[in-house]
Amino acid sequence: MPEHQKGKGKGVSRRTFFKTTGVAAGAAALGGFHFVRKSQAASGPLKLGCPLPLTGPYGTEALDQQAGAALAVAEVNKNGGVLGRKVELVVRDTKLKADEAARRAKELIESVKVELMTGCLSAANQLAVNEQCKLVGMPYMSISQSNEITERRDASVYTYHEALDPHTTTQAVGKWAAQKFGKRWYFLTSDYAFGWQLTDGFRRVGKMFGVQDVGETKHPLGTADFSSYFPRIMAAKPDVLIIDNFGKDQLNTIKQATSFGLKKKIQLLCPVLLASARLGAGTAAYEGVVGGTSFYWEQNHPTAKKFVAAFQKANGRPPIDYAGYAYSGVLELLNGVNRAGKLDALALATAIENRNYDNYKGKQWWRPCDHQSQQDVFILRSKTPKKKYDVFEIIDTVSGANEALLRTCVELGHKPGVPNRTGLKK
Amino acid sequence: MDFNVIIMQLFTGLSLGMLYVLLALGLSIIFGLLTVVNFAHGSMYMWGAFVGVFTVAWTGNFWAALVLAPLGVGLYGLVIERWLIRPLYGRDINYPLLLTFGLQLIMIEVVRIFFGTSDHPFSAPALLSMPLEVMGIFYFPAYRVFLIVFTAVICFVLWFFLEKTDLGLIIRAGTRDPLMVRALGIDMNLIWWLVFGIGSALAGLAGILAAPIRSVYPEMGIAMLVECFVVTVVGGMGSLPGAIVAGILLGIVSSLTTLVYPQMADIVIFLVMAVVLLVRPSGLFGKAGLLE
Repeated sequence: MPEHQKGKGKGVSRRTFFKTTGVAAGAAALGGFHFVRKSQAASGPLKLGCPLPLTGPYGTEALDQQAGAALAVAEVNKNGGVLGRKVELVVRDTKLKADEAARRAKELIESVKVELMTGCLSAANQLAVNEQCKLVGMPYMSISQSNEITERRDASVYTYHEALDPHTTTQAVGKWAAQKFGKRWYFLTSDYAFGWQLTDGFRRVGKMFGVQDVGETKHPLGTADFSSYFPRIMAAKPDVLIIDNFGKDQLNTIKQATSFGLKKKIQLLCPVLLASARLGAGTAAYEGVVGGTSFYWEQNHPTAKKFVAAFQKANGRPPIDYAGYAYSGVLELLNGVNRAGKLDALALATAIENRNYDNYKGKQWWRPCDHQSQQDVFILRSKTPKKKYDVFEIIDTVSGANEALLRTCVELGHKPGVPNRTGLKK
Repeated sequence: MDFNVIIMQLFTGLSLGMLYVLLALGLSIIFGLLTVVNFAHGSMYMWGAFVGVFTVAWTGNFWAALVLAPLGVGLYGLVIERWLIRPLYGRDINYPLLLTFGLQLIMIEVVRIFFGTSDHPFSAPALLSMPLEVMGIFYFPAYRVFLIVFTAVICFVLWFFLEKTDLGLIIRAGTRDPLMVRALGIDMNLIWWLVFGIGSALAGLAGILAAPIRSVYPEMGIAMLVECFVVTVVGGMGSLPGAIVAGILLGIVSSLTTLVYPQMADIVIFLVMAVVLLVRPSGLFGKAGLLE
């Protein structure tokens, strides 16, 4: 074997080195290379597109959504499918980036030839997918939180929003917290639309109860270490720290806040308390943490029990967090087409609007003016589990009936009581 | 701004910096001697955390995990060096770079397949999990104090090993002129092998130490790897004092940025890197001539 020379004088310039290292580091940061799969043209089964942020800080919740959507599709197929056709769920990874979400949606529409769309987590992703769907007049069932999606600019006859929105969430959780906890509130806000809207919503509801806003810190989405945010929060001496973030950000915030002793003097409150984050952080970290949710699997309600049993059978675990949105949203979309009797966006809208339903957790209602699903919000407290996944207890229910938690149609730029026909393609 | 807050901020920055230091030391020691840019370093960090999680699940003992994680990842590093990286010595620097980049993807995928993509809970040992009261209104986790002290000890041991032992002397000589060392009858292959093992073990150690603080999931090493490359570039590629100084510096800079303009906390370390490269192209402690 020839004597091998090491590094020095090997003719690698710093420039070349940084170039290759930079490219590789960039690719690593973007989650590696990926290859676009060519898909066949539509024939036979009805394809339901479902872009989700499977990789990235919301990956765990996205997987839960995927499982929920798959369960709904399986149930519809068992009952004869949609208009006699089998339904096929086609999932794509958006990597939690809006441009990627738009590309994936476009690919699903143009190459995969999906005929209905659902999916997404994070507001920017949803709006990007919604935009693509509106362009071609395809019904889209959005299954995660967003304020904009029901506002005049983004809402359309094709757009449906099964999930809660930051406004509803904060009205419910804020009202509840203002009556139970102290009045000095500090906000830790994820620095993008979702976080801003949560904080705005809490400020709005806080004002009604004489809450004092003692400070806000914004953090970049996907922060791994929150410790450097805590000294300022501790110095502000709040009664309540409102954690307006999601996914691994929530997990890391609470895990680290607990180790920094924040809970000794401050109540931690999450507008969207996640079982996934709670499971990833452990019992001790979440002890005493309170928050809101759209659904919790141990809920004592007939449709909830049925949904949880079916989900458990298919996945070997109960649904956590966002599976319910996907399950219910996909059922609404597919059963809506069956009720309409044809695959037509206008007929579907008529079949869904003003409908009362209870797919998995209690009474819901489709408001015609903005296609928002009216629903209750539950208040949870973290507890010591008796078995795995038994992580929260429901300590209160804030009723959403009579549009109590929704913004008014007028406020959103719609005519009250009139079905939304914005953007209808003739 | 309250003076106490700034003091607290420096401490959180220090504990953040210590993880950078451990990882950057591993990267630097491997690069300095082997000229291998180890892209699998972030995944080794992740593996360290996972070995820790499962050791604690089986034995319930954090201290056992603290020993097994670096040991396990170190052994893995030995295997990688012997059978995958060694055949590439003497070729262009990009060969081992691409190899370790591929390894990183494989290592992440293996964990995804066997342990899923969700987070794994991991707590600090009971002894270290209580928050210590500081200055009346603040608390600082005992675990982070331990992290700072423990990393300082590791740095000292590493310094002692490299500067005061015979083996350390050989390693340092090998960095300067491997051909000459070889001519003196020393098997450099063995030295490189050992150094790669030590570097990997440091990554594993950083992983287990980070596990009680951060979430443990397959992609946890990706962002960390990028940040640690910034640390090694700022400190000077291959320089151990550089890795230590730059790690602590960037930890504190990023922590102080959080205080004044938190939205910049992610980006500020790249700004520091840009400025350092403009003023000192080979980094703070970079040896002129390496990679030129």
